[in-house]
Amino acid sequence: MSWWETVRSGLAAIRAHRLRSALTVLGIVIGISSVILTVGLGQGAQQEVEDRIDALGSHLLIVSPGSSTDSSGVRGGFGSASTLTRADAVALTDRAAVPDAVGVAPVTTGSVSLVNGSTNWTTSLVGTTTDWLDVRSRELAAGRFFTATEAAQGAAVAVLGADTASELFGRQSPVGQQVTVNGTRVTVVGVLSSSGASSSGSTEDDQAVVPVGTASRLTGSTSDTVSTIYVEAASADRLSAAYQEVQTLLATRHGVTTADADFSIATQDSLVETANETNRTFTVLLGGVAAISLLVGGIGVMNIMLVSVTERVREIGLRKALGAAPSVIRRQFLVEASLLGLTGGLVGVVVGIAGAQVLPRLIDQAVAVSALATLAALATALALGVGFGVYPAGRAARLTPIDALRSE
Amino acid sequence: MSALIELDGVRKTYRSGSLEVEALRGIDVRIDEGEYVAVIGPSGSGKSTLMNLLGCLDLPTEGRYVLAGEDTSSLDEAALAAIRNRRIGFVFQQFHLLPSMTAWRNVELPLVYAGLPRPERRERAIAALARVGLGDRVDHRPGELSGGQQQRVAVARALVTEPALLLADEPTGNLDSGSTRDVLELLDELHGSGRTIVLITHEPDVAARARRNLVIDDGVITVDRLTGAGASA
Repeated sequence: MSWWETVRSGLAAIRAHRLRSALTVLGIVIGISSVILTVGLGQGAQQEVEDRIDALGSHLLIVSPGSSTDSSGVRGGFGSASTLTRADAVALTDRAAVPDAVGVAPVTTGSVSLVNGSTNWTTSLVGTTTDWLDVRSRELAAGRFFTATEAAQGAAVAVLGADTASELFGRQSPVGQQVTVNGTRVTVVGVLSSSGASSSGSTEDDQAVVPVGTASRLTGSTSDTVSTIYVEAASADRLSAAYQEVQTLLATRHGVTTADADFSIATQDSLVETANETNRTFTVLLGGVAAISLLVGGIGVMNIMLVSVTERVREIGLRKALGAAPSVIRRQFLVEASLLGLTGGLVGVVVGIAGAQVLPRLIDQAVAVSALATLAALATALALGVGFGVYPAGRAARLTPIDALRSE
Repeated sequence: MSALIELDGVRKTYRSGSLEVEALRGIDVRIDEGEYVAVIGPSGSGKSTLMNLLGCLDLPTEGRYVLAGEDTSSLDEAALAAIRNRRIGFVFQQFHLLPSMTAWRNVELPLVYAGLPRPERRERAIAALARVGLGDRVDHRPGELSGGQQQRVAVARALVTEPALLLADEPTGNLDSGSTRDVLELLDELHGSGRTIVLITHEPDVAARARRNLVIDDGVITVDRLTGAGASA
């Protein structure tokens, strides 16, 4: 009996029990589609993080205030201390001490309400220097960035993010207009282009960028500290040199050794790495759950095949009497189980890919369907059919024709 | 005539737990090509066991069974399956047709296992159905046929491989008298065209249609006689 004949008779047997076959296949469908979706979610999240970090700018060092140790010895996490100051940022602009850096942008962050007439919009206020635009790889859609003079004077000028501008001014051009921030009138000199990097509504497009002095004035802060200092290295090759220079300079200024530094320096690579590790953990976790559902689906196939063998004892006996060798019977049941698995796999892939189109609209999370994961899922489905079909097929093959023919 | 079947000191013992049941206790019989033999006996006499052995569905515990010159006593399951496929056509009391398949599909089944290509299988299946008078029922499913017609489909299936031996186990046991007559006439016809037929039955009037009767009782052949046309020939 040829393979093609075997496949055709397997399909006929599956068609003969449509509902039962459909329910069996459903188990595999759920397993396969959830594997595709979870792996897709994980990879989507990873891609999104990479995009976001890329959007930070090229060959960037991100200096954060280090973990602080208070008098009782309790250490706070990174970023909890206020050890970085504007003076640190100024020191880093010294080309003699940090020859491999081309831009330094300290950043203070705060939240403020901007008012334009009757329109009121709360956004994040970024206080920084003129290097910010280049260091963060941002571009202007209209107007200009604030100048070094304005920065030094702490002039009341602001550059708005694309979303902020449209919220406050609608279709009007905001450049040259004024907004009120905590009673102070601030002139809008420019609007940033949309960063476009991230699919979900990001803070990148909703912010007001002002000179760092202006920011403390507007928020009424007297502190001299900054939350982050971005340092742009001259090139990717000089990133590690820049890293060393920044570390040495800040350690000297703070009177600490690099071992117990009160600041930390991250590169994009290290950020990507950290974020991906988190994502990977989730992917493995969700993937594990999906794998279990696949296993359950496989057991479903075995269950149905066993029922099928029991139910078709007479048919098996007859086929044997008419000349089917045990190996032919075994193959017939194996092919049937594999067809169930493969059908489940194919439908599962379709459902998974369809889900990958629909899901991002529901949960605002990108799903990247990987061809490799899809192929692997299909292969798994087929292997499940074969693997869980072996035992029932063996039982069918071992039936003796007389006993099988006699059974009622 | 050359011998188609030779049984030589055949014994069959079934074991269930510690209990041994001797179903056949030494059978020696020779059946030539073209014979029409009925095996008769009460239930429990061993005639079903004999039928299973003749059909290569089971192996003797002791003794030799030569079918068409081939000693089957030491063959494995796959080889036995091949012999059943090539040499033996079965007709069962319960017809044993597959209900989801049309008549010609049921008939072509042995040819599928013989590895014949589909167009030839279809041609031969339809010819076999025509041979049993069901040329117009080719695409009917068993459920759409009467008992007699179903048994004729089963006969067509038994004939389609042109087997050396047609083995019928109580072929009329589930049929009304009209259908019984039909099927027995068909067997007569097949015998007339040179086919070797072994029929197992407990009905004397069915056995009377055969040319030779073997009466089996308690695991041994007690009577071996020619009957009817056979006796007068």
